[in-house]
Amino acid sequence: MLGLGKKDTSLLLVVVALTMLAPFILNPFPSDSAMAQFNAGYPDLMQRFVIFGIFAIGFNILFGLTGYLSFGHAAFLGVGSYSAVWMFKLLSMNILPAIILSVIIAGLFSLIIGWVSLRRTGIYFSILTLAFAQMSFALAYSVLTPLTNGETGLQVNLDDPRVLGVSATADGSIPVTNLFGLEMRAAYDMAVGPWTFTFSAGYYVCALVMIAAFYLSIRIFRSPFGMMLRAIKSNQTRMNYTGLNPKPYTLAAFVISGMYAGLAGGLMASMDPLAGAERMQWTASGEVVLMTILGGVGTLIGPVLGAGLIKYFENIFSKINDTVLHSWFAFLPDGIEDFFVSIIHPFVGKGWHLTLGLMFMLVVTFLPGGLVEGGQRIAKAFRKKEDDKPKSPSTEPAE
Amino acid sequence: MDVFLTQILNGLDKGSAYALIALGLTLIFGTLGVVNFAHGALFMIGAFCSVFLQRLLNMSYETIDPTKTDFLGNPAVVKTPYVESWFGPETGAAIIDWSVPLAVLFAIPVMIAIGFIMERGLIKHFYKREHADQILVTFGLAIVLQEVIKALYGANPIQTPAPDSLSGVAVLAEGIVYPVWRIVYFFFSVVVIGAVFAFLQFTTFGMVVRAGMADRETVGLLGIDIDKRFTLMFGIAAGVAGLAGVMYGPINAPNYHMGMDFLVLSFVVVVVGGMGSLPGAVAAGFLLGILESFASMTVVTEIIPGINQIIIYLVAIIILLVRPRGLMGRKGVME
Repeated sequence: MLGLGKKDTSLLLVVVALTMLAPFILNPFPSDSAMAQFNAGYPDLMQRFVIFGIFAIGFNILFGLTGYLSFGHAAFLGVGSYSAVWMFKLLSMNILPAIILSVIIAGLFSLIIGWVSLRRTGIYFSILTLAFAQMSFALAYSVLTPLTNGETGLQVNLDDPRVLGVSATADGSIPVTNLFGLEMRAAYDMAVGPWTFTFSAGYYVCALVMIAAFYLSIRIFRSPFGMMLRAIKSNQTRMNYTGLNPKPYTLAAFVISGMYAGLAGGLMASMDPLAGAERMQWTASGEVVLMTILGGVGTLIGPVLGAGLIKYFENIFSKINDTVLHSWFAFLPDGIEDFFVSIIHPFVGKGWHLTLGLMFMLVVTFLPGGLVEGGQRIAKAFRKKEDDKPKSPSTEPAE
Repeated sequence: MDVFLTQILNGLDKGSAYALIALGLTLIFGTLGVVNFAHGALFMIGAFCSVFLQRLLNMSYETIDPTKTDFLGNPAVVKTPYVESWFGPETGAAIIDWSVPLAVLFAIPVMIAIGFIMERGLIKHFYKREHADQILVTFGLAIVLQEVIKALYGANPIQTPAPDSLSGVAVLAEGIVYPVWRIVYFFFSVVVIGAVFAFLQFTTFGMVVRAGMADRETVGLLGIDIDKRFTLMFGIAAGVAGLAGVMYGPINAPNYHMGMDFLVLSFVVVVVGGMGSLPGAVAAGFLLGILESFASMTVVTEIIPGINQIIIYLVAIIILLVRPRGLMGRKGVME
């Protein structure tokens, strides 16, 4: 179907089903139960799942296929966000032109950075991209304030021109982002018994975009171009000797992944029309690296899983405070209860980064293929069948 | 002229920090071939060594002084640090006052031990793996260390003041007034850098390490256990980063993410100096520090606004493109 193999088609269908049914799947607990805080089915978080999914899919096209580890990808996301907000300020609140512009600008930006950075490989490449991203971050914070509004971040205002739309709505407020009239924040609540499911227009727009992005990435993985990128990863010298110049291929991969990041940035601004410089900081670039590695680098579904997992932890895990912990261990005697709470306390709530860091270290050390490899290993153990299927791709960088 | 000198001085103290961190990074890279993203965290832990010592020295017992009352009319509670009761009030107060320099003595064994544990416990398993994996695992470790410190000491910066006699300003020449502690920091870093170089240059141990950096295999064939020596070098590198952190406390109050802030810049410094070149790392550290302070002069920022924010990165990009080996990089290292 759609030019995909049987396996890829079923993978795509699984992703489609998961994203379309996400409001149900992520809301397994009745809305007034004690477990309701583990529900992730609210629009804001679901949008972040898919947006960071797009970001990680794009990053994976570069890192997973060519092995070039970029530590500056957040710069493209930031650039995408800024261009989208400028579109909202100048043209109209329709998200389509905004997203198109953010993809184009991020593409151009990554073309320049990629053209320079890709002259070097390995650790030098990582540091060059890091330097470029930090430079963009510093510029966005200081000199480019007219363009980026510095520390405050770029926002839409009442007195913006918006030549194709209106500066202000009839009741004098800032118009909201929409897709040909469909407001992004429109949502429909469905109550089924004790459950409440929210269907948000913004989420479904993001989800459709992500499915398209996912489909495209499958096509890239299976194309001759994708094979070429893998060849670069496994042995660039040999590729040179066969008379092929790897540069255009790596540059194309870099620009494609930059455009994915721009798309994610544009979508992010479309859901919430503001853009800040902190989106470009190198820790944000580190986050997408974490997502991709955690999920499984070089695999199709891995980055999406990783993005979902990290965003879920960030939002849900960080909400667990001492009161919640005490209520969990309330069945234990007081002394033991306090003991358990004080042990778990540093790992949840504000300290969830600690859990993330530990998890990440464990994955890098023991499970280089990420969650996908973990899943494969478990599946293999269950099947107890000796199949000579190769392990999930390793994470060797280009040297 | 005065402006010129002041800018050089300004650059020197930042440059000293860059040089010390970059020196440690290069030591690790040159000996073990590991790209250590957790090095900034070691700098941060060093700074928190002095926070720890300061808290330790300020531990006090409470006595009730019946002759005084507090504002509620209750007898006033007087806190006396233990050190004051042990060594007498004056010596005790002096010890507390000098807690940052004392922390240097405290930090050396602690940091070397931390470096040792890190190398034996984690980094050892990553020698045979790709540089990307090394970057990733040390990046994860940096997050963990940072979060542990945050859990222990909170997210706010903690002041670690310099001793009273060193915290004022000095008049160096007519019109040039400069904080004493920053001058101390510069000389301290010169001493540490000198000590590391002397250690490598004039001791047998250092000679073996240098030989190992040049050709690890041959040294191994000569029957020398080079791994053991390299582990100690990791400890020393951690110690250098820690000392840089301890002494940096009075300039910039320690907070849990100070390591990350310095890490990126130190990497840039290492790359500019040349991967694996110790003199290159030191020279590039001072050079970039001074360059940064010159770029932030108003005369310069009026011509090119914002140059002070990006000058280091800009220099790094230009250097990497025209002289990929860095200023003093050796041939054949990471090419």
